[in-house]
Amino acid sequence: MKLSRKQFLQGSALGAVAALGGSAVASENMFSLSPKQALAEEPETIVWSHCHVNCGGRCVFQWHTKDGKITRMETDNLGEADFQARACLRGRSMRQWINSPDRLMYPMKRVGKRGEGKFERISWDEALDILEEKLKHTIETYGNDAIFTPYGSAQYAVTQTNALYRFLNCIGGYLGTYADYSTHMMQIAIQYLYGKGANPYDDVYASSYSEAHNADLVVQFGNSPAETRMGGANAVWDYTQMREAGPEVINIDYRMSETSSGQSDTWLPIRPGTDAALASAIAYQLITNDQIDIDFLHKYCVGYDEETLPESAKGKNLSYKAYIMGEGYDKVAKTPEWAAPITQIPADKIIELADKIGNSKALFVNQGWGSQRHTNGEWTTLAICMIPILRGMIGKPGTNTGLREASPGSTPVGLMPAGDNPVKATIPVYNWANAVKDGKSMTKDNAGVRGVDKLDNDIKIIIGQTGNCLTNQHGDINYTHDLLVDESKVEFICLVDVMLTDSAKYADLLLPDAMRGEQLSMSTNGYSEYYYGVMVGGPAQEAPGECRPIYDVMAELADRFGVKDKYTEGRTQEEWIEYLYNEGKKKDPELPTWEEIREQGFYKRKFDPCIGLKDFVDDPEANALETPSGKIEIYSETLAEMNDTLELLEGDEIFPIPVFTPGYMGYGSVTEEFPLYGCGFHHKSRTHSSYHLPVLMRAARHQMWMNEIDAKERGIKTGDVCRVKSPAGEIEIEVLVTSRIVPGSVGIPQGAWHDADMDGDKVDKGGCINTLVEYRPTPLAKGNGNHTFICQVRKVQA
Amino acid sequence: MAYTFYFDASRCTGCKTCQTACKDYYDLPLDIDYRRVYDYEGGSWEVKEDGTVSQDAYAYHLSISCNHCEKPACTAVCPTTAMHKDPETGLVLVDGTKCIGCGYCRMACPYDAPRIDRSEKMQSRKCDGCYERTIAGKQTICVEACPLRALDFGPYEEIHEKYGDKAKAPNYAPMPDMTVTIPNLLVHPCPSMKPVDDTTGKVVNLKEVR
Repeated sequence: MKLSRKQFLQGSALGAVAALGGSAVASENMFSLSPKQALAEEPETIVWSHCHVNCGGRCVFQWHTKDGKITRMETDNLGEADFQARACLRGRSMRQWINSPDRLMYPMKRVGKRGEGKFERISWDEALDILEEKLKHTIETYGNDAIFTPYGSAQYAVTQTNALYRFLNCIGGYLGTYADYSTHMMQIAIQYLYGKGANPYDDVYASSYSEAHNADLVVQFGNSPAETRMGGANAVWDYTQMREAGPEVINIDYRMSETSSGQSDTWLPIRPGTDAALASAIAYQLITNDQIDIDFLHKYCVGYDEETLPESAKGKNLSYKAYIMGEGYDKVAKTPEWAAPITQIPADKIIELADKIGNSKALFVNQGWGSQRHTNGEWTTLAICMIPILRGMIGKPGTNTGLREASPGSTPVGLMPAGDNPVKATIPVYNWANAVKDGKSMTKDNAGVRGVDKLDNDIKIIIGQTGNCLTNQHGDINYTHDLLVDESKVEFICLVDVMLTDSAKYADLLLPDAMRGEQLSMSTNGYSEYYYGVMVGGPAQEAPGECRPIYDVMAELADRFGVKDKYTEGRTQEEWIEYLYNEGKKKDPELPTWEEIREQGFYKRKFDPCIGLKDFVDDPEANALETPSGKIEIYSETLAEMNDTLELLEGDEIFPIPVFTPGYMGYGSVTEEFPLYGCGFHHKSRTHSSYHLPVLMRAARHQMWMNEIDAKERGIKTGDVCRVKSPAGEIEIEVLVTSRIVPGSVGIPQGAWHDADMDGDKVDKGGCINTLVEYRPTPLAKGNGNHTFICQVRKVQA
Repeated sequence: MAYTFYFDASRCTGCKTCQTACKDYYDLPLDIDYRRVYDYEGGSWEVKEDGTVSQDAYAYHLSISCNHCEKPACTAVCPTTAMHKDPETGLVLVDGTKCIGCGYCRMACPYDAPRIDRSEKMQSRKCDGCYERTIAGKQTICVEACPLRALDFGPYEEIHEKYGDKAKAPNYAPMPDMTVTIPNLLVHPCPSMKPVDDTTGKVVNLKEVR
């Protein structure tokens, strides 16, 4: 057999040598030395630190430094190999970020039009003079509830996360938010099903992957830990160990994600946004084949059938069973044949899946956060949860509640407290743009306002830290741009950040933050890592230019407002870290001493597996849920009332039971002009919009996934640059033609940096998915259904 | 003496942490990767009249560096003997004092391992099996980096014994037939993996690995 590199690369053209060159970074390390000669190199110092972005994990860094500069990295290599918080490709690229030539180095004020990205350097004194004056003006003119802080989580550490909130609380507070961009629809919806205590980030309402070792069938909806939770102590490793422990795994997803690659037969492709239709058809099969646990449904739940409906709903065919069997609501039986064209899954495949679920002895159903990030996300979350509820497979060994795998119930140390916010009003985090546009019109009934009946102010000043949610990570960038450039609305924007993100371009004042590796930093295991750990260390190198830790900047601002002692409690950042550590040790004497942790950098411990809602199932009276009935409310009287009392947008509806509803721009919305469904996914090259680095863009290219059937129709090949147009905007992006996505839908990795001429054609050459998404908060959660849009694709360049 | 890599394709998610960790540790230029992850996929789709679909799509990943072959193609074509097999460790190394950067090694290697560094002075660079770390008794950077514990490296006998029947000869697409260079690589295949002579799939991420 004749072999060549050409064969190895399967059809790639030769001439790779000629293709070399381009942008290259000068390298000194070992260059032109043989490995043996390089052995003479001097040893480096190791400084402990941690990753700090919001993937949910928090991996360990061992920085190698020399002459006060970071040279390279090792990660957690302590103890047994199977229990190490190993950084993923992103963490391993942190040196490129921390040493990036694009770091913000000096305080700057805007000199061009807002949003244009033109700034001039000023001194810290001048910068804080401006900010002090603007804050005081806002508070005096409008009140503290006109101050808003957008979501930001790129520099997570115990003294960073709350620094800005703590300062603002010291000076009278700010307009707060609830929910988050990750689980907006889920975390609101499950409070009606599982009660007010339910949240997606604990070990009470969900089981750990380690518990799934005891399952015989694991069914995952829209969950790809291999792309979202990639570290070595994160969920991808827990998932892999679980899969190797033996249960059959089925991954329901519109893409063959990296969680299914290599195990392609675990993938069941589905049209995005239709998970609830599949779940309803599974319910139909389970009910028809008598594979439900009727005792569980009657004892622990409300509203499965007529028998347990609340009085207000009786006699009207309003039960879940009536919906599924076609006796109530839309009066359509949710048969596999009904679901097939909606989901694109043939009826016999749905029957096969339902059969497996119906016959399983220990069923572990979980859902990632992709399924709920649709305009119908609230109902999708609940519909998926119905599968284990119907089977009575909750609270028992090897089962789960239908929510994502558990988060840890405790961490060794806490955050520096934010303090109490004197402003009682809060809004759904995604609804801030409406509060810029016309906050005074927002009420508890039309906008999810909490704490007060209505807002008294529009947002007049924005002050944020290390986030990109003004434009890039929000919804409908073109719309938000227009809102933000109108200086009669938000009068002043101050952002603390490390890079000139797209959001940062809209700042009037930019303050350069020191990165966590440039100061003493402490963090714990992340919320997506099912273990117990704390890491302390740094700085590994000095911050560049005039970058300053946000803790110090807020302390100086607090001083200007006469509340320095309240903010600092007499502590420097370093003293806070030692204090918080020692507070943790008081509660957990097993932790090393402060001196020991400073030496060893990292402490970790394993958790036992946990079973979601075990206490409730063991004793439903003593451990009643925080629903009005104390039970699982399949039918929620509260939701039924809200449908009558809330002011909803035209076409929106609040359903009292888990249903399949297409949602705004969902199934059935495609047109001749926009014949494709668009959806997003998390990409290995970024954590949201963090790690915008050439090294990662080369390792994993920013490409839109398109099925070969759709590509062929449009004459598109892998590598072609295409324009994607939706009713909201247009992006340019390279295409990957792949067998790994359902036909009729395209998948765009989220988090790429928006890059458009906003005075010109507004075509986003950066390929940010949120250019394509309309801004329309969802009916119940008022959240970000950003995975639901329609679009068309055309080739512009081969 | 021979060191060998072990790659568990059933665990690999194609995350590229191995190549990125190596790139950081050795401070490699942007366009040079000692280790590369190839995305291989195939399969086709059919849309039925009712809009439902059927498919036999598959995808998997292959993480490859230099395999420190028993019959290296690169050393055979090197005009200056810069590319050589270290007699003590069996690792294939570049002698920086001899390399003239002609690129023959890269053209010869069926695994595309050697890369020509044009950032300063033209020279061939490639995985040296973390020579420094290996002779100091430490594990290679890529192995210690892998979040899925899908990589291993060590003396051939040790690795063979550790993984037993799980470790197969590296004859899977898109690799070349192993008899050409006798690579020091053992592979635990994933369920989706295709044989070496597969013609149904292709590498879809060429721009990421060249």
